[in-house]
Amino acid sequence: MPPVPPWLKKLGSTLVTVAVTILGLLFVTFMIGRVMPIDPVLAVIGERATQEQYNEVFYDLGLDKPLIVQFAIYVANVLQGDFGTSIRTGQQVSDDIARVFPATLELATLGTLIGVFLGVPLGVLAAVRRGSWIDQLARFVGLIGYSMPIFWLGLVGLLLFYGILNWVSGPGRVGIFYQGIVEPITGMLLVDSTLRGEWEVFRDAFSHIILPASLLGYYSLAYISRMTRSFMLEQLNSEYIITARVKGLSERKVIWHHAFRNIRIQLITVIALAYANLLEGSVLTEIIFAWPGIGQYITVSLLANDMNAVLGGTIVIGTIFVCLNIFSDLLYRFFDPRSK
Amino acid sequence: MSEQHLLEVDNLWVKFPTRSGIFDAVRGISFSLGRERLGIVGESGSGKSMTGRAVLKLIRKPGFIEADRVEMNGVDVLNASEIRMRQLRGHHASMIMQDPKFSLNPVMTVGQQITEALRAHEKVSKQTARKRAVDMLDAVAIREPERVFDLYPHEVSGGMGQRIMIAMMLIPGPEILIADEPTSALDVSVQLQVLEIMDKLVSDRGMGLIFISHDLNLVSKFCDRIMIMYAGRIVEVCEAGKLHEATHPYTVGLLNSVPDLTHPRPRLEVLQRDPAWREMPSVSALL
Repeated sequence: MPPVPPWLKKLGSTLVTVAVTILGLLFVTFMIGRVMPIDPVLAVIGERATQEQYNEVFYDLGLDKPLIVQFAIYVANVLQGDFGTSIRTGQQVSDDIARVFPATLELATLGTLIGVFLGVPLGVLAAVRRGSWIDQLARFVGLIGYSMPIFWLGLVGLLLFYGILNWVSGPGRVGIFYQGIVEPITGMLLVDSTLRGEWEVFRDAFSHIILPASLLGYYSLAYISRMTRSFMLEQLNSEYIITARVKGLSERKVIWHHAFRNIRIQLITVIALAYANLLEGSVLTEIIFAWPGIGQYITVSLLANDMNAVLGGTIVIGTIFVCLNIFSDLLYRFFDPRSK
Repeated sequence: MSEQHLLEVDNLWVKFPTRSGIFDAVRGISFSLGRERLGIVGESGSGKSMTGRAVLKLIRKPGFIEADRVEMNGVDVLNASEIRMRQLRGHHASMIMQDPKFSLNPVMTVGQQITEALRAHEKVSKQTARKRAVDMLDAVAIREPERVFDLYPHEVSGGMGQRIMIAMMLIPGPEILIADEPTSALDVSVQLQVLEIMDKLVSDRGMGLIFISHDLNLVSKFCDRIMIMYAGRIVEVCEAGKLHEATHPYTVGLLNSVPDLTHPRPRLEVLQRDPAWREMPSVSALL
């Protein structure tokens, strides 16, 4: 047998890690769903069904088999892309998720972009001008971002920017007149309306998304700017920064070419985690803004004891989390010459 | 200021405000530097490194400097703007620090860091910069300079790293080089080699060298003049060759605490510090 190339070995071990992680996640979620003291059969047939109907559904769902066998059957189905049917919506869970996930993806992406493009420069500035008013301001902004409950900020934001100032549109993804105009391509309204050239829809969708996205962006901003500040302070105290200054480089070069290059690696991890957090679906934000995203979907399904839907959503989120982690690992390798 | 003086420092103080008042790291020292090799020797905390950094106005805030006069190449450093200082740093005076492991940027290649130093002061094309950087690496006795140009700092040894530092600091052609314990972090086996390379380049270019060290023997071998610092002041100045004629008890104490292979002693002397030394007036090292 020829020797296995190292990159293939690495890829193999990564894939095994991913598979084990997701399988474990599935197992825990599946078991929690099955041991909950709520009868899944009743959730399907309702309380007035006869004993025969009950028995039929009981066998159909495979509930007579041991738990571990039920789990094996479920995993086998998932591997074939079959997540089962949602009791609540009566549709394939995969179809449901394909519908709700792009909404969350759109919101989380925009929120993260806002958080990164404002948070990183704010953090750098706070570190460079340590102790100045801008540092104090960044600290204040960060503290509020950490400590204010998001539902309160969301409601106040709606009251102020929608109710009083009328700068943005209210809850929902798009105004009622614009609903269904754009044929979905990616499921993300901003992207689809751009691709189809429907600028009216784009504007309306944008005025809907900007408030919740800013709110989520604010939360990532608080986290990202604080982390950026502490990473930068650590680097600015390094010897090589003095070297850079001795060379006669401008302060801008010292900060961005020297110090910032060294924090990119840590920042990637922080941003990836912040993004993953938003992708999980910010349940409160989605509910306040009537945003039909995955956080809302899973929560409502859970309350309706719709375990197939909950499990399906969990797999999707888990996979994304793991993939983002792998992606940030790859970027690590790319940005840090020492890891090669 | 006479022609041959590259640097003149008059009554220099380096101060750090602390909660319990102002701490003086350097307390009113005066010295000048010609085209010579000036050694600064002293124990940890004697203010020798601070002196080197103060000359470049690189004291970290909230620290600050005060002086009657600091003049470099006829430029008044004290009142120079930050932009003017940037032109002076690297171009007129450079500094080599202790450990190349920390003083080189870990995520930039050796070549990037050297050419950056050159291009901060001269408008040259990328190709020219590369060529001159490779020549400079060759001048500090690095084998295969073309290959080393594209390496990262973690891929070179300590001795090589320090030679790279020398190349980087000398490439814009400064007239003053401040070497702040340039060999303390290196293996003994490469210390001499690095020093010889630095010494050769400095004398070939007719530069002034400020060599900061705690190693009296090393300094007496490599320098023309030595100033000995204690508690932020200069306690003694002497010709390197006449170090054994030193009279200050601190200098004598330092010399006696160094083992000598030719005259082995059963017990090395322990340096006895006299509080009165702190308050003695600083000796001028002006030429």
